[in-house]
Amino acid sequence: MTTTHCPYCALQCAMHLEPDPEGRPRVRPADFPTNRGGLCRKGWTSAEVLDAPDRLTTPLVRASRDEEFTPVDWDTALDHVAGGMRRLGSEHGPDAVAVFGSGGLTNEKAYLLGKFARLALGTSRIDYNGRFCMSAAATAGRRAFGLDRGLPFPLSDLGGADVVLLAGANPAETMPPMMGHLTAPRLVVVDPRRTATAEHARTSGGLHLAPRPGTDLALALALLHVVHAEGWDDSDYVAARTTGFDRVWPHAAGWWPERAEHLTGVPAGDIRRAARMLGTASRAYVLTGRGTEQHSDGSDSVSAWINLALALGLPGQPGSGYGCITGQGNGQGGREHGQKADQLPGYRRIDDPDARARVADAWGVDAETLPGAGPSATEMLNALGSADGARGLWLVGSNPVVSAPDAGRVRERLAALDLLVVSDFVLSESAALAHVVLPVAQWAEETGTLTNLEGRVVRRRKAVEAPAGVRTDLEVLHALAGRLGQPPERFPADPDTALAELASVTGGAAADYSGVGPHRLDSGEELYWPAPAGGAPTPRVFLDSFAHPDGRARFVPVEHTPPAETRDDTYPLVATTGRLMGHYQTGAQTRRVAELAEAEPEARVEVHPDTARHHGLAAGGLARVSSRRGSVLARVRLSPGIRRDTVFLPFHYGGEAAANNLTNPALDPVSRMPEFKVSAVRLEPADAGGEEERG
Amino acid sequence: MTRTRHIVVVGHGMVGARFAEEVAARDPRGERVRLTLVGAEPEGPYNRVLLSEAVNGQLRPEELALPEVAAPNVTARSGVAATALDRTARRVHLDDGGELDYDELVLATGADPVFPPVRGLTDAGGRPADGVTALRDMADCRRVRELSRAGSPLVVLGGGVLGLEAARGLNEAGARVALVEGAPWLMRRQLGREAAGILAERFRSLGVQVHTWRVAERWVPGRGLELDDGRTLAADGVVVTAGVRARTGLAADSGLAVDHGVPVGDTLATADPRVHAIGDCAQHPGGGAGLVAPGWEMARVLADLLTGSDPGARYTGSRDITRLKAAGVDLTALGAAEPGEDAETVTVSDPGGGRYAALSVRHGRVAGAVLLGFPEAAATIGSLYTDDAPVPEDRLALLVGGDRSEADTGTDSGGGDATVCHCNAVTRGQLESAWLEGARTRCDLAERTRATTGCGSCTRDVDAFVSAMSDRDTTPVPAAT
Repeated sequence: MTTTHCPYCALQCAMHLEPDPEGRPRVRPADFPTNRGGLCRKGWTSAEVLDAPDRLTTPLVRASRDEEFTPVDWDTALDHVAGGMRRLGSEHGPDAVAVFGSGGLTNEKAYLLGKFARLALGTSRIDYNGRFCMSAAATAGRRAFGLDRGLPFPLSDLGGADVVLLAGANPAETMPPMMGHLTAPRLVVVDPRRTATAEHARTSGGLHLAPRPGTDLALALALLHVVHAEGWDDSDYVAARTTGFDRVWPHAAGWWPERAEHLTGVPAGDIRRAARMLGTASRAYVLTGRGTEQHSDGSDSVSAWINLALALGLPGQPGSGYGCITGQGNGQGGREHGQKADQLPGYRRIDDPDARARVADAWGVDAETLPGAGPSATEMLNALGSADGARGLWLVGSNPVVSAPDAGRVRERLAALDLLVVSDFVLSESAALAHVVLPVAQWAEETGTLTNLEGRVVRRRKAVEAPAGVRTDLEVLHALAGRLGQPPERFPADPDTALAELASVTGGAAADYSGVGPHRLDSGEELYWPAPAGGAPTPRVFLDSFAHPDGRARFVPVEHTPPAETRDDTYPLVATTGRLMGHYQTGAQTRRVAELAEAEPEARVEVHPDTARHHGLAAGGLARVSSRRGSVLARVRLSPGIRRDTVFLPFHYGGEAAANNLTNPALDPVSRMPEFKVSAVRLEPADAGGEEERG
Repeated sequence: MTRTRHIVVVGHGMVGARFAEEVAARDPRGERVRLTLVGAEPEGPYNRVLLSEAVNGQLRPEELALPEVAAPNVTARSGVAATALDRTARRVHLDDGGELDYDELVLATGADPVFPPVRGLTDAGGRPADGVTALRDMADCRRVRELSRAGSPLVVLGGGVLGLEAARGLNEAGARVALVEGAPWLMRRQLGREAAGILAERFRSLGVQVHTWRVAERWVPGRGLELDDGRTLAADGVVVTAGVRARTGLAADSGLAVDHGVPVGDTLATADPRVHAIGDCAQHPGGGAGLVAPGWEMARVLADLLTGSDPGARYTGSRDITRLKAAGVDLTALGAAEPGEDAETVTVSDPGGGRYAALSVRHGRVAGAVLLGFPEAAATIGSLYTDDAPVPEDRLALLVGGDRSEADTGTDSGGGDATVCHCNAVTRGQLESAWLEGARTRCDLAERTRATTGCGSCTRDVDAFVSAMSDRDTTPVPAAT
């Protein structure tokens, strides 16, 4: 039996993997502080992915997309990739090759992928799909606190709160075991849909606020307005631990609840009730999720929620706080160790001369040779194959033709590349467009560390052998780097050796992992970063001071701005996207689990019955949802709990069912987060059939 | 390089300040325009809408300040009034002896409170008498606060939106308040008689005396306000909220035609293309005076036009929503008060419950609504009205809640197919099967079916299942295999 962690979300629930009578791994939940012995359906069935029938076990190569793939041996494939990368680099300069990573990669992989881009390729063009998840909250967190750690406290602290506000988060469906920590507090759930989480809030003494998509920031300002007008703010805390309230208040003053009601559609009375719940609680948390973050003003929206939390005196107080709920398995660690365009390992900035010197020294290179900051994910993808973009791309653990905004455009850009290399364990929608596909190992077939939503480092352990013919990502990095002239020891294929190097390189940095090692992890020690060598780890940051030089948190003045695109007569509705209970990310894993695929086999569009009736749609019929960029075919599901002006689509499906065919690549000017959550759309029936409408 | 154009804004209130903000956002480095604001009030711009919150002491007056516009091309001059406008020379004369030349002039002069012709209310010069104040600016706000020591009797003269908000604010702050309205009922512009009657009762129940269809005869300082029925309402002060009149003097003196306000078209230009008017001093065929949201919308459109950001921008009128800000009274009025015969109207009147709702629909869209005590419907109908979105067929459900339409899933029959654990899709039938196979505790059931292991919210249901089955089931547990 091996005790390890789930391959999916940032809870990193612990599980035992043991062979069943046929010798295949079987999952049992393990006791662990985040999942407390529970698992969701995805976790229970996760071992099935190891047996995916279409598992890749041999590298595939083709000269052009017009040809079929040819199975080749690893040396041939790696020579082909290295040769192509070298050729593009020498013909067009080092930025001709780009790397796109993932928040699903282990810390070791994320670290070495960043190192590979900067040393072996010398490219500035590296970013990752976490740009689509965490960048807005990370930006706002750094602005306010000087440091971004998703939850700056253990998840189990939430259970002691009186009130928890969840802005744009739906843990009851996206990370069910988290709800075990939210049974005692009353919840205020901010979501345009009456999700399972919102329903829980309504039936347990809490509140559901359903703002028009794209108006969360104004709602947060209105809550701050009431909190201050009623005197529920913590003026001692504001005076002692923060700066800048005076610059924020004039913006909140302009959002009295009745005005906010007009914009957001949330009843003014509910805004007052929510403010009262938060303002009169003795312990409270404000948490944000992708719903409030994935906007072209995403970082300002998060700042608005943080401003509210600061006025209430929550962050850095025992039993209270602000946090962002990280989504991807290693969404936290993945943003710390150098696979972001603007970062070096340890959450160091790539434009900080000291950081560059420190990392270059550790890597044994001259700091001058390290490239600078590159473009962010969306910009990088949108320029591929164009005069200003890369001509070659290596995708590692990511499926952007399903996950990136305006997926149709991403498909076009990938098709324009001279060289597309994809590392994956199945032929994902993106891999199907590649010139070279490298079959790699998956979670239970290799060892490595991840950093969960609490900033806690966990160790995934190898439980089964990978199928013959498959290599680990670290082995691939090692082999490719060698072919590109790097000394072999710079890219260790052994995860523990990589971890030791990562730990050493991050010593003294914001995200200090220098005290993290296999022995401490195996002993069960709770290693929250910063975890300096020879020092104690940090379950709760900010208790004494915030990470700005003056030790104070900063209020950041923000103002509502309308979403990047507006509705009109042709596109009268708003589409918003998110996850279903049974699937994870682009579904590349979960759609291959029979039980999950059967439960949620196809894309659906959730529509208010009144809206459906108006657009001639019947329950169970097919609808075409179109935006100014593309369209989606989806099964109609009637849902009286969704706003009449809003439809919801899950983003787990590919091709004609890909929700991101609709989405707008408009970017947040600060974090470069795309506007996934607001697209102007229209709805039409796409078939004559469909069951008779009820109600 | 072309010369930057100089825009002079007369009036530094909420709309003038918003205009400056919008201009600065479009031209942050001052490459296209330079802006000078002149405002007669001594303090910087503040949020007039929140005066009632300052009156009841929730906010300190300085907390009403609007966000500062920090832009190199914006200059604001407080305590300076424009005295004359010379449109030929394109020059504004100021009361400090200075003058400003403009390329474009924006009138954002707002409106003055109206003092009704009641004896003793104003002196010969038209200034308020002792104990009398309007509630229009910060100075008024300070006067009201002085007059409203806790427990002191006060009269609010004028039963429109501002009067009701002021009356409730003062009543909350501890004053004894009587409200006098000369019209037959409150909020005559927005409400019908029935709704207004219920509203008046609501105010009475909160402790505000309400006297409608009563004309004030005489204000006697130190004594009170005499009404036309011979009664005298004892009061230390009277707060006059009897409407406003657009400030059009500057425009009129410069030879522009004025009506209720300064007439403007969709580009917000007056008859003189170099002179524009926005906010309460402007008179647009589509309405909008008296509320801040249309004034802000005008500011946005004019900023688009005068900075050249969007030469096609037009103000075509506004969808007014009147939303009373009074604690304990949830009132929304929008659209036409009398929507006409081609509209169909659903009305719910509940005088005993202090509630009233009327929704008028024309061509499937909201034509007008009055919602007193229906907060959720008010928010929803407000959105439908703003968006001009289709109104659902079931209008009554829209008003009183309780969607009759059902989701197409999740309506469990309660039988064996009923889902107990949604996270793991475990049905009651599966639990029963597991029971028959020997699972007798929640843990056993979880082991076999995964129930309770997701979010955990079904734990109670599974416990109830166990206890129900234990009571019923007397068959022995099958031997372990």
